[in-house]
Amino acid sequence: MSIIQKGPQSAQQIGNRHLEAPLSPSDTAIAHLRGRALEANRGVPLNLGWVEDVRVNTSAVERRAQSLVTRRTVKKDYQAAWLLRAISCMDLTTLSGDDTDERVRRLCSKARRPLQQDLVKALGVESLEIQVAAVCVYHVFVETARRALEGSGIRVAAVSTGFPAGLSPLAERVQEIRRSVEAGADEIDVVITRGHVFAAKWQALYDEIAAFKHACGPAHLKVILGTGDLLTLRNVARASAVAMMAGADFIKTSTGKEPVNATLPVGVVMTRAIREYANQTGYAVGFKPAGGIRTAKQSLEWLSLMKDELGPSWLSSDLFRFGASGMLADIERQLEHHTTGRYSADNRHPLA
Amino acid sequence: MSIVEKFVTMDYGPSPEDPREALAWLDKHKRRFGHFIHGAWQSPIEAKYFDTSDPSTTEKLADIAQGSLQDIDAAVKSARQALPAWQSLTPHARARYLYALARQIQKHSRRLAVLETLDNGKPIRESRDIDIPLVARHFYHHAGWAQLLPREFPNHEACGVVGQIIPWNFPLLMLAWKIAPALATGNTVVLKPAEFTPLTALAFAEICQEIDLPSGVVNIVTGDGQTGEALVAHPDVDKIAFTGSTEVGRAIRKATAASHKKLSLELGGKSPFIIFEDADLDSAVEGLVDGIWFNQGQVCCAGSRLLMQESIAERLIAKICDRMNTLRVGPPLDKSIDIGAIIARVQLERIQRLVDQGVAEGATCWQPTIPMPSRGLYFPPTLLSNVHPTSIVAQQEIFGPVLAAMTFRTPSEAVELANNTVYGLAACVWSESINVSLHIASQIKAGVVWVNCTNLFDASCGFGGYRESGYGREGGREGLLEYLEPSWFKHAPPLHQRPLAIDHPPEEPTESADEIDRTVKLFIAGKQARPDSGYSFEVRAADGRLLGEAPLGNRKDIRNAVEAARKATAWPKSSAHTRGQVLYYLAENLSQRREEIANRLSAVVGKEQAQSEVALSIERIFTYAAWADKYEGAIHNPPFRNVTLAIEEPIGTIGILCPTQAPLLGLISLVMPVIAVGNTAVAVPSEMYPLITADLYQLFETSDLPAGSVNLVTGRPTELLKTLAEHDDLDALWCFGDTVTCATAKFLSIGNLKQVFTNEGRSIDWFNPTQSEGRFFLEHATQIKNIWVPYGE
Repeated sequence: MSIIQKGPQSAQQIGNRHLEAPLSPSDTAIAHLRGRALEANRGVPLNLGWVEDVRVNTSAVERRAQSLVTRRTVKKDYQAAWLLRAISCMDLTTLSGDDTDERVRRLCSKARRPLQQDLVKALGVESLEIQVAAVCVYHVFVETARRALEGSGIRVAAVSTGFPAGLSPLAERVQEIRRSVEAGADEIDVVITRGHVFAAKWQALYDEIAAFKHACGPAHLKVILGTGDLLTLRNVARASAVAMMAGADFIKTSTGKEPVNATLPVGVVMTRAIREYANQTGYAVGFKPAGGIRTAKQSLEWLSLMKDELGPSWLSSDLFRFGASGMLADIERQLEHHTTGRYSADNRHPLA
Repeated sequence: MSIVEKFVTMDYGPSPEDPREALAWLDKHKRRFGHFIHGAWQSPIEAKYFDTSDPSTTEKLADIAQGSLQDIDAAVKSARQALPAWQSLTPHARARYLYALARQIQKHSRRLAVLETLDNGKPIRESRDIDIPLVARHFYHHAGWAQLLPREFPNHEACGVVGQIIPWNFPLLMLAWKIAPALATGNTVVLKPAEFTPLTALAFAEICQEIDLPSGVVNIVTGDGQTGEALVAHPDVDKIAFTGSTEVGRAIRKATAASHKKLSLELGGKSPFIIFEDADLDSAVEGLVDGIWFNQGQVCCAGSRLLMQESIAERLIAKICDRMNTLRVGPPLDKSIDIGAIIARVQLERIQRLVDQGVAEGATCWQPTIPMPSRGLYFPPTLLSNVHPTSIVAQQEIFGPVLAAMTFRTPSEAVELANNTVYGLAACVWSESINVSLHIASQIKAGVVWVNCTNLFDASCGFGGYRESGYGREGGREGLLEYLEPSWFKHAPPLHQRPLAIDHPPEEPTESADEIDRTVKLFIAGKQARPDSGYSFEVRAADGRLLGEAPLGNRKDIRNAVEAARKATAWPKSSAHTRGQVLYYLAENLSQRREEIANRLSAVVGKEQAQSEVALSIERIFTYAAWADKYEGAIHNPPFRNVTLAIEEPIGTIGILCPTQAPLLGLISLVMPVIAVGNTAVAVPSEMYPLITADLYQLFETSDLPAGSVNLVTGRPTELLKTLAEHDDLDALWCFGDTVTCATAKFLSIGNLKQVFTNEGRSIDWFNPTQSEGRFFLEHATQIKNIWVPYGE
């Protein structure tokens, strides 16, 4: 259209620059944000001014979360592709008192083959070799999971540090991380001392997480903020900033054991915190919503949030995970419906 | 493209809303629509049609009837014919019709949303999630008002036949804002939808049929500006409600000046969007998306002037640019589109022209490199930074997705910049401090202020502007008043040219003959001032005897008086309690001098009336002293976590042309409500007895009334009225005279579209408190500012 072409700066150039990294990335780049290459988080000194300057307007964030899900939708083949992406970003999780080695092996088997072969075939996605990103278990099952997942590339994540309350002595919590790493965990999901947030003891929080990071060694550190306990979005934003400064590779919403777990407003706040941190430091931090995400539709909403707020780098398991157990079953049903046109049932898909 | 490729790219892909049902509805009507008059479709008398088209493709959708004078006349006749039966229904019966309309709209909500998007080009997300739900809400809310009407608005009557003209940016929503309150208050309607977007109004006509709304209660006549003109000019229309451009608003004010048509105007804006350094910046950026990139920026209350605190400007601009890069422009029926099509080529060209001019004047233009559709009428989201107040893009309403960004240093500079506009429709204030946000909100001249939010609307909260953004409100209790009149006022007899027939010959003055010659002066800025002209004119008693001479004020004296009133900032800022105390004191002082003032006045109006005028004036001052701290606003509760503070604010500086009859009581009855609520006044006393000025300024001077809050200029009313009506720094004009005088006031007021309150040439009994004091006057002395304050932690 001629009028637009005459514009001061051509807006006619079609093409989504977020798809491929347009700038020459450095060797260590793990992600891109609006064209800028980002490295893995190495942490920065605690910046109290930054933490205190955090502003979050709850109502406005809620409105953003509310309208985001009505502004974006994916249909048909795109929806199938997005649901497959959701599976590939999944930390398939079992964290129950009645977990056993056999239960964990069953989960690992599902992690390797989240979809039935005939469904994979019908979708024409054999080449994607869809599997989940990680299996998340208690420390005692790390060994079992490691063996069960051998050679699959699926990572083993262990919840640690006195999960879910995180109130055991610090030395024990740090020791717990070491033991899990030794047992073969690739990723450690830790919980923070929520009390430090309530009391604004940012230094204590920073030191605690830095100690966890140190104990992790090469393993990835996911810091669970316990957003359902922190309650206010401002607390969530501040705790996010401190966790990232202390070296978190991921920040994660919840344990799944709190009364309220991952909500979209919390997601908006944490993704904005990640964006701010990336802009200030050049480091990319991943995001993991966990708990309460049960439906295929929710998985699409979260992926839209990542795509719009952070960009395509956060649509892969390197920087985005779902902590979920029940969601996979719903995605399987939706994908089958996509291929058959008929609504599916749970019993048509193998149990996790 | 396979699922595998889609898995790699993770694009949203197309997700079009299915338009088939809406298109089938058009086909059912053979894609040709007549007018909806008296409950039936009528072919246009002149058999002329025009096209309405889909701006996203420029494809024609249907033939629309071009309304002629005769079509308008037929529609008005139908509305008039339907009026008695509609008004004789019980309030409950009318409420049921409004409720049925709300229900029927909900039942067909998706068809209406799709139709709206097809005809207007707005994203389906907006028509589906915002426009149509607000339409239904408006009818539900007003079904309630219909039910409660007689108890909540006793002694009021509907205007009668109402002519309504609506714009193309929110076609069905504007229809709802117009029709719901009109029907709830017992009026019948002739509505003309915008030429570009008639389809949902025609669909609404069909809904009226479906719920068996009595024929003639709602008539829809389509057409262009000429059709609108015919409706405005029709002699049997009692009220005109218009939403649209300030330019057309002016023309309507002019065209209706000589009639008694009640008028409400919702016009343009150039609304400030103020972001303080302590705001949640990411949320503020989302606010901008909802502010200026909502409905392609074709929103009268769009936050089009961004005012950023200097300390955060750079960061904020970076955030805005980042966000603009994720906006999706494209086919509006796609559910993942943020910005749809511009309404028409002429509008698209206008946007481009203004942007080009802004750039030529020094602005920096930034547009994101996002995909743009190859056909249809689209304009990319645009940020103009380094804009200065002198630039055209900082002053003129662009009505497109173009944001003009400026910086400020201090809160007071923010207010100054925010108010540096002829408009006053809306404003946004972003700050996490309740102190800052409410302090700023209270100082901004705008009818709506959104604190930490943008473009929220609800049927319970009035919407409308200050200054050249129009007058009157839509929504809420105040919106209903636009469709009602006090019964006594509606039926008041016309004022006679020479109103005063004195029954008794005037008494001889009882003053002693040796009184020193008295020089009457003007009263300006708290001082007694000689007239600029250096002339005086004779004032005679009823029997022709010379009573004295009054100063002959001219336009310069009016200029000085308005300047003084404008500068008298202490009075509007004083507390309501203080204003009340000053008025009580004034009453006290008048009471002390009651006899001498009555004595002098009796030479003109007779002893009996003079005494009565003085006594009632004392009472009237007491009335408004009492009201000063009791005329209060309301708190609305729209259906989400928010309070809307509806604050009654003074209009500003008001010119008052006092009635001829009752020289003292008439003036007191008008000046007191004006100042009680914190306005300042320039009054022209009765030409029959301008000498009252001398008595009044002595009273004012001794009653602690701050200098400049009331100014008195005597002279030839017609000449002074002209200067007052044309004065662009006067916010309102109260004119009480004969029909010609009232028409003149309205006709000459269009420069700054000041609010004009007249007696419509009718006779008001100043001695009857039912007519001459109370809310009716206070409502005209105030305007409501709605401050939206969402809360939550």
